[in-house]
Amino acid sequence: MMSSVAHAPEATVEQPQLAVSGVSKRFGGVRAVEDVTISVGQGEIVSIIGPNGAGKTTLLNIISGLFQPNNGSIRLEGREITGERPSRIAAMGVARTFQNIALFNGMSVLDNIMLGRHVRMHSGLFASVVYWGMAQKEEAEHRARVEDLIEFLKLQQLRRQPTGALAYGLRKRVELARALALEPKIVLLDEPMGGMNQDEKEDMARYILDVNEEWGTTMILIEHDMGVVMDISDRVAVLDQGRKIAEGTPAEIQHNPDVIKAYLGTKR
Amino acid sequence: MPEFDLQFTLVLVTNGLMIGLMYALIALGFVLVYKATDAINFAQGEFVMFAAFIAAAGAYAADLPFWACALIAILCMVVFSFGLERVVLRPLIGRPVVAVIMATIGIAALLRGFSTLVFGAGTRAIVMPVGDEPIYVGPVFLPPVQLVSAAISLAFLAAFSWFFLRTRMGVAMRAVADNQQVAMAMGINVPRYFALAWALAGIVSALGGVVWGAMLGVDNQLAQVGLKVFPVVILGGLDSVIGAVIGGLIVGVVENLAAGYLDPYVGGGTKDFAPYVLMIIALMIRPYGLFGKPQIERV
Repeated sequence: MMSSVAHAPEATVEQPQLAVSGVSKRFGGVRAVEDVTISVGQGEIVSIIGPNGAGKTTLLNIISGLFQPNNGSIRLEGREITGERPSRIAAMGVARTFQNIALFNGMSVLDNIMLGRHVRMHSGLFASVVYWGMAQKEEAEHRARVEDLIEFLKLQQLRRQPTGALAYGLRKRVELARALALEPKIVLLDEPMGGMNQDEKEDMARYILDVNEEWGTTMILIEHDMGVVMDISDRVAVLDQGRKIAEGTPAEIQHNPDVIKAYLGTKR
Repeated sequence: MPEFDLQFTLVLVTNGLMIGLMYALIALGFVLVYKATDAINFAQGEFVMFAAFIAAAGAYAADLPFWACALIAILCMVVFSFGLERVVLRPLIGRPVVAVIMATIGIAALLRGFSTLVFGAGTRAIVMPVGDEPIYVGPVFLPPVQLVSAAISLAFLAAFSWFFLRTRMGVAMRAVADNQQVAMAMGINVPRYFALAWALAGIVSALGGVVWGAMLGVDNQLAQVGLKVFPVVILGGLDSVIGAVIGGLIVGVVENLAAGYLDPYVGGGTKDFAPYVLMIIALMIRPYGLFGKPQIERV
């Protein structure tokens, strides 16, 4: 199953950008994730699919450091990041979005996206009081980067709006912008199209592809819409009851009997 | 018996507003810690008392000027609350709320005892470099100590608002208060912001100690001002900074009006319970306060 897929770029051959190996996570007696191994090459778009409760979000939480795995290791560009603090992992270039949209609701679109740049800003409290001018200059540079993103994701009209007031699809887009503001190497997207209508889904799929193309950002996404998954993914991994039951190109996955069984149940 | 008298009422309200700003100052420390770290600090009043003792000791032992005493109190309280967070409260992260509450109650008792032990049981004074002659503003006379105290409170509240709303750290702190997990995923070092929240609570307590100590004198009783924090934050909303300010102003005005209009009938004491009556009413009709977020249970 772990065959070096022909489709993957060269980087994977020597060293994957992200290597998840033998990772398990138990909550009490529940095995949420069981011995999962996935390698992701730089610039790939990899989808993780599977029925509800398959452990997909848990896996993302482990990668981003919110959960510590019971077993296994995670390496980012060859560097062990298992057990690192989430804030450290984010600073190393792994950004994410959340299933239920986790924007800071009292804040404007701009503030939310600026928060994504937090780790890239250096002047601390004392510096920003003492060297007010320097901090201002730094701030201006960051604003410029954020403006680029706002333009890229066509959020210009919404800068000053509080995020709570935005339409669902737009909030998802702001969350993507916030993740990208971190200048990540890898973005973990937890159901970026969940709850969207067809138009919104197409927009989001377009943005994911554009970002991937423009900056070579690696994308790992959890998604339920098979049409979208098959359209945009380089590779697909299938989880079922915490285990990885298949991995391959979209075409391979579509014809994999184990996958069909997991989704449709056993044939009688 | 006081009939309704415009000037009298105006005096009560103005005084109430100034006292209210001072309540708001202390309540801000409580709200900040609660908002950022989910800890309920039952020792807020004792923090204020302890800071006042430090300031008074500076004046008494080394004859330092008022501003130097205030500065020493601020520095000591920042170090103190920083250390407290690191040593006592950080290990309790993730434990039941009751554990944190009990820990802060323990700290409160410790501070009261320690202060008496070190500084003695007598009442000490913090002397502001202002005169005693009341200042007349239109029909209202204002004691200078109260005026300066209110000004200090207002200045800090303004500075804090700027920090909280406009600076990068302030924004990050709001993010931590809003959702710790997401803040972490944004690369924000959450424990550092816990420490910052406590350090700010220390600054607030030091300023509170200086102004309240100057008004009431410094002894163990000073910790009682902390009791007023609860009506203030319940009224305003436990997790709301603006709520702390508005709640403080309301409590200040209400207790002054109660004292002015009801005390003559009942012989005194209404000042102490009027805010609590207000608190109980607030709990019944608006349990999350004027500006607080209604609790939404997440599944």
